[in-house]
Amino acid sequence: MDPISSIPTVTQREQWTVEEMVSEIYQLFSSVPHHAQTIMLELRRDQHIEFLTRGLRQLGPSFRVLDANRPWLCYWILHSIALLGESIFSDLENNSIDFLNRCQDPDGGYGGGPGQLPHLATTYAAVNALMTLGGQKALSSINRDKMRTFLLRMKDPSGGFRMHDGGEMDVRACYTAISVASVLNILDPELVENVGNYILSCQTYEGGIAGEPGSEAHGGYTFCGLATMILINESQRLDLRSLIDWVAFRQGVECGFQGRANKLVDGCYSFWQGAVFALIQRLNSIIVEQLRALDVGGSLSWRSICTGAASNLSEGECGSDVKSYQTDERFHAKQKEFSDIGLNFIKIPAELGPLFHSVALQQYILLCSQVQDGGFRDKPGKHRDYYHTCYCLSGLAVCQYSWCKDADSPPLPKAVLGPHSNLLEPIHPLFNVVLHRYYEAHNFFMGS
Amino acid sequence: MDSDEDERIPFSQRAEWSDVKPVSQDDGPNPVVPIAYTDDFRETMDYFRAVYQSDERTHRSLALTEEAIDMNAGNYTVWHFRRLILETLNADLHNELDFIERIAKSNSKNYQIWHHRRWVAEKLGTKATELELDFTRKVLSLDAKHYHAWSHRQWSLQVLGGWEEELDYCGKLIEEDIFNNSAWNQRYFVITRSPLLGGLQAMRESEVRYTVEAILANPDNESPWRYLRGLYKGDTSLLLSDPQVVSVCLKVLSTSMNCVFALSLLLDLLCLGFQPDQEFKSVVESLRTSDSATPDSNLAKTVCSVLERVDSLRSNYWAWRKNNLPSPAVQS
Repeated sequence: MDPISSIPTVTQREQWTVEEMVSEIYQLFSSVPHHAQTIMLELRRDQHIEFLTRGLRQLGPSFRVLDANRPWLCYWILHSIALLGESIFSDLENNSIDFLNRCQDPDGGYGGGPGQLPHLATTYAAVNALMTLGGQKALSSINRDKMRTFLLRMKDPSGGFRMHDGGEMDVRACYTAISVASVLNILDPELVENVGNYILSCQTYEGGIAGEPGSEAHGGYTFCGLATMILINESQRLDLRSLIDWVAFRQGVECGFQGRANKLVDGCYSFWQGAVFALIQRLNSIIVEQLRALDVGGSLSWRSICTGAASNLSEGECGSDVKSYQTDERFHAKQKEFSDIGLNFIKIPAELGPLFHSVALQQYILLCSQVQDGGFRDKPGKHRDYYHTCYCLSGLAVCQYSWCKDADSPPLPKAVLGPHSNLLEPIHPLFNVVLHRYYEAHNFFMGS
Repeated sequence: MDSDEDERIPFSQRAEWSDVKPVSQDDGPNPVVPIAYTDDFRETMDYFRAVYQSDERTHRSLALTEEAIDMNAGNYTVWHFRRLILETLNADLHNELDFIERIAKSNSKNYQIWHHRRWVAEKLGTKATELELDFTRKVLSLDAKHYHAWSHRQWSLQVLGGWEEELDYCGKLIEEDIFNNSAWNQRYFVITRSPLLGGLQAMRESEVRYTVEAILANPDNESPWRYLRGLYKGDTSLLLSDPQVVSVCLKVLSTSMNCVFALSLLLDLLCLGFQPDQEFKSVVESLRTSDSATPDSNLAKTVCSVLERVDSLRSNYWAWRKNNLPSPAVQS
């Protein structure tokens, strides 16, 4: 291995190019007077809304590569609009409900477009889009009974989920399945069985979570894995200390997040990594317990809480004989317990402050990812798109509320970078839906 | 590709398709996110819907799925139906590998291509071992951090074998780009899972040497630092007792005082109950600058304070670490 003086590697060259572009922007920013800085930091609300609603009404021919992702396009756009605190005209709202219903499979779940096979990712997108629209018509359009059948059909005997009939199995599939089941109040021990073991097998030596066992720790999968573990009440089985350490190191000199070690910054990780911090803020009691295990008995009992507690749980509670206790009262008791996890989680006061630099991240989102004509992008030099618009705005919301102990309270002015008009709606970090719409959906599906 | 498209004959004018009635997409009267399909795309999908709905698993359907995938390789329904056809026709799967390779050339970052490849390779069995290693090597030569390619390679090694040269391959990629974290991750995969190497315990000694050398060559590279910790996963007492770990930290700090990765590993050692000797203590003491007027009550706190200062982007994190030090660290 050559010493430092040798020729720069591909990673170094690409990293330096990005650092240069970003630092040019920051230098310009610091050289202009205060009022000009405020303008630079302003969220271009009108331009974003215009970019978003235009896409909802019409997309160009190049979007054919997303022809199997249309519920995603709905979610990215509708959620972005909701984050901005705006609503859409009722004709567009009705058209959205009608269109998503055409993507719903008669046997449950949603496909990427009308007549396509149901797929877990587009199912998650469709359900989140309908939650975001809110109201009786949108929420009641989801066939919950068939949804449960679909989710069970996607479940692999190993515990994981497949994205579609005969499709690939990964952490994304677990998250989308469990998230949908949780908000629709159909999560039960049969769906949950062995999911925790699967996610646990994907936590890597780096601390983050990979898409499949053996793969590399990655921001998107770390969010999906952690959120899943929380939703099934098994987050204490993860090694949270090393997970936090890994994610803390993903914020770089550009001020934004990268998805993996030694990869380039990308605005979309403002949410995937940023929301991991938001989740961690409400896991304080579990983290303290893990740290205390280190305290009391030293490293040995530390290990036992990460691994030993796990086997206790899987042998006992998550039992191998789910079928037999399906008729049991315990099954229903468990089901009841799962139904409130999402709601209870957001009610927990955030005892921890954010463990990342929230103002720095807002700076990256507003100055480097924001496109003046509307929309957001991965990084300077890239084109805007609806995916990055959704996840940059979601990450921005996470930052703005990151110092709020109570999820429903407005943030302090100093927590919001730029003019106060930049303030977005708060989200539920487990589902990435605006908070008041989550409450509405929770009430709706609890009652039914 | 462009010249092909110019010469493309619409399905409606192809004699062999004259018996099929195309099925248009049920988008409703006022769809949202409507895509302005080109005539070619719309027609191809209309014919696809026709054969999909009638479950026609024929050679012409197979050819049709190829055209549809060419236009949108992300349509998993088309790929799924293609697999059903391949099974029914008992088609030659070697041709399928060529097809995938051609599709992957234009854009290989798509879940469908790789899932399909896995399905084909699994059916071919060990006949595909070398082919899969070659294919992923080709993709990784263009993008050495390609997530799907690495996942496929790992799957292929586990199911089809071919572990013999994998550690050398990782070494070669790390040599080309020592910052390639995916290559480091693959190396960890190989030393922990290869049936030929005897597992982590057997590999630890030589791997620690390799990693220490990589750290010293470039201390600001996070990958080998995380890898080094990984080598002691599940064996904290060994991490604490192996002199090579603490010595690489101290050696790096002796030349680059602000190396965050070295400081962070020192902190972890202290948190796990490491008993520092005099040299260790004096190195940590020397890191403290004159501006930190009030000395911290113990070493771990000192390291946290240094980190808060030199790694200010993460100051929230280091402050949190400082407030949550376990008692073994506080005692030292």
